[in-house]
Amino acid sequence: MNVLNYIDAFFSDSAHWQGYDGIPTRLAEHIQYTLEALAIAAAVGLPVGLLTGHTGRGGNILALIATAGRALPSFGLMVLMFVLLGLGLAPVMIPLVVLAIPPILVTTYEAMRSVDPAPVDAARGMGMAETEVLFRVELPVALPLILSGLRSAAIQIVSTATIAAYVSFGGLGRYIVDGLYQRDYEKVVGGATLVAALALVTLGVFWAAGRLSVSRGVRRA
Amino acid sequence: MIRIDSVTKRYPDGTVAVDRLSLEIPDRSITVLVGPSGCGKTTTLRMINRMVEPTEGTITLDGVDIMKQPVNTLRRSMGYVIQNAGLFQHRTIIDNIATVPRMLGWGKDKARARAGELMERVGLDSALAKRYPYQLSGGQQQRVGVARALAADPPVLLMDEPFSAVDPIVRKGLQDELLRIQEELGKTIVFVTHDIDEAVKLGTMVAVMRTGGHLAQFAPPAELLTDPADAFVEDFLGADRGIRRLSFFPSAGLELLTAPIVAVDATAEQIAARATGDAPYLLVTDLDGKPLGWAEPGELTAGEIRQDQLLACGRPFVAGKESLRAALDCAVLSPTGWAVAVDGEGRAAGVVSQQTIGEAIRGAHAERRADGKTDGKKDSRDSKGSKKDGTTEKAAR
Ligand SMILES: Nc1ncnc2c1ncn2[C@@H]1O[C@H](COP(=O)(O)OP(=O)(O)OP(=O)(O)O)[C@@H](O)[C@H]1O
Ligand SMILES: [Mg+2]
Repeated sequence: MNVLNYIDAFFSDSAHWQGYDGIPTRLAEHIQYTLEALAIAAAVGLPVGLLTGHTGRGGNILALIATAGRALPSFGLMVLMFVLLGLGLAPVMIPLVVLAIPPILVTTYEAMRSVDPAPVDAARGMGMAETEVLFRVELPVALPLILSGLRSAAIQIVSTATIAAYVSFGGLGRYIVDGLYQRDYEKVVGGATLVAALALVTLGVFWAAGRLSVSRGVRRA
Repeated sequence: MIRIDSVTKRYPDGTVAVDRLSLEIPDRSITVLVGPSGCGKTTTLRMINRMVEPTEGTITLDGVDIMKQPVNTLRRSMGYVIQNAGLFQHRTIIDNIATVPRMLGWGKDKARARAGELMERVGLDSALAKRYPYQLSGGQQQRVGVARALAADPPVLLMDEPFSAVDPIVRKGLQDELLRIQEELGKTIVFVTHDIDEAVKLGTMVAVMRTGGHLAQFAPPAELLTDPADAFVEDFLGADRGIRRLSFFPSAGLELLTAPIVAVDATAEQIAARATGDAPYLLVTDLDGKPLGWAEPGELTAGEIRQDQLLACGRPFVAGKESLRAALDCAVLSPTGWAVAVDGEGRAAGVVSQQTIGEAIRGAHAERRADGKTDGKKDSRDSKGSKKDGTTEKAAR
C-alpha cells in the first residue's frame, strides 16, 4: 500500500466525515487554535514591531527576544506548561503564540525600517501628525513585508498546532497522534494531508489578503 | 517676511552646521541658498519649518516667532519639496497632490478638483492623474512634488535641491516652470541648491554659504557676479563670471542695423540699395521676414537666391527680451561674426556686429560703475570692480 492509497481510503471512509472525531470538527478546531494563537501573537507583535520600527529604537533588544523565542522548542514548552498549569487550553496556546511572535515582530520591524525615508520626511514636512505618518505613509508601504511575517507565523502555527493533541485537545493532530497510537497509518497520513492542505489554504488566504490590501503602487503590478 | 536672526544649529554630536546666521528673506520672491556640500543649506531650510530646531537664535515669520505656534500648523502653511520628490508610492498622483488639502479637512472631491488644477499648473498631463509614482519619470515626479507642495496654496515654499536629480534639459524645463509659477502665484520661495548657475537663474536674492554654516554673501545675482564679497565667493562663482554676468545686461539698447536685410524675392535694385557697406554681408529673409542666411552682396543674383548658397545664420536672439549674453553668443557662433536679432514672432529685426555688442557691454559696465559711485558704500569695491571689468571685456571678444 502506498501513501496515495492511504489517503484515498481515509477520505472515502464516510465515518471520517461526521461526529466529534469527524474531519469537519477537527478542521474547525484546528482553524480555531490557529486563529486564536495568530490573533494573540499579532496583538503583541504588530504594535511592538510597528512602534519600534517607526521610531527606530529597540531594534537590538527585539533581535535578542526574537532569537530567544525561536530557540524555544514548542513541544518542550507545551509539556512544561502542561506540568505547570495542568490541563487547559493555555498550555497549548502559549507555545503557539511564543512560536508566532518572532516572525511577526521581526518582519514588522524590518518592514518599517525598510520604508524609503524620503516620503516620510516629506510627510512630516507637510505637517502630518506622527500617527498619520505611521498609518498613512509607512504602513501601506511596509504592508507586503508585514503580511509575509504574518503568513510565516500562520503557517508555523498550522503545522505546530498538531501538538495540541498530545495534551488531549482536538485539532487535526488528533488523527496523527491517535493513528500512531492505534497503528492506523491511514489515519496518520490522512491527518498529515489535512494539515498540509490547510497550510496551502493559509498561503492562498494571505495571497488574497495581499491583493486586496496592498496598493497597486506598492505592488507595482 | 521670514527673518532668520543669528541662528546657530549644533547637532548632538557637536557638529556646528549653521553658525550665527542672519538672513532676511523677502516676500513674494525666490531666495536661493547656495554653497558647497555640507555648508548647512539643508539645515537652514529645515529650521524654517522646524524639521530641525535651532540651538540658538530665532526665526520669525511675519514677525511671529515660529516656535510660538503649533508645529504642524506652521508646516501646513509652508510647502515642502525635497530631492527625488518623496512621493507616496501607494497613492495615485492625484491623491498625492491632494494630501495636504485632505489633511486640512477638505472633502475628497474638492481636494481632487484642486489637485487637478495644480497638475495643469505644473504642466502635467491630466492622463497621469490615476497613475502611481513608479509609472512616472523623474522629471514628472518632481513636478508632482511641486504640485503637492502648492496644493493648499501656502504662502511659503521650501525647496531642497528639488531639481538636482534630473538631467539638464528636464532641469531647465522645471526651472522655467518654477519661474513662471512664481510669477503667477507670487510665493515666498526658499530654494536650496549647490549649483551656482541655478542660483543665478532662479534667485531674486542669493545667499552664498561657506562650510561651517557661515553666510559669505547675500545679494541679488547680478551684484554677486559683479562684486563678489571675497575670494571664496569669487571662486565659487566660477571662471566665466564675466560672461554670465552679461545675462543681466538687457539687449534693449543695442543699435541694430536694418539696412543689410533683403527678402529672398529682392530685385537687383533692392540688393544694390541694401549693400550700403555698413556690413560686409546681407541677411536674406523669407517672404515672412524670417532669417534664412547670410551672403556677400556680390554673390546674390536677383530672382535666383537659393537657400543652399547662403551661410547659415545660426540661432538668432530676441531683441530687447534676451540679454547681451545671448546677443554675444549669437555673434560668436555666427559664421559672419554678426548676430541676427528677431522680434517676438521670429522675424528679423536687425543685425549687429560683435564690435557693437562689445561697445554695448563697455557702455553697460560704465553705467553700472556710475551707479556704484553714487552709492558711497560701494566705492571701496570700485577699483577691484573695474579691473575685473577689464578681464570681462577681454573674455567677451
Ligand atoms: N542629523 C545630523 N547630525 C549630525 N550632523 C549633521 C546632521 N545633519 C547634518 N549634519 C552635518 O551638518 C553639516 C551641514 O549639513 P547640511 O545637510 O545642512 O548640509 P548641506 O549644505 O545641505 O549639504 P549638501 O549640499 O551636501 O546637501 C554637515 O557637516 C553635516 O554632516
Ligand atoms: Mg542638503
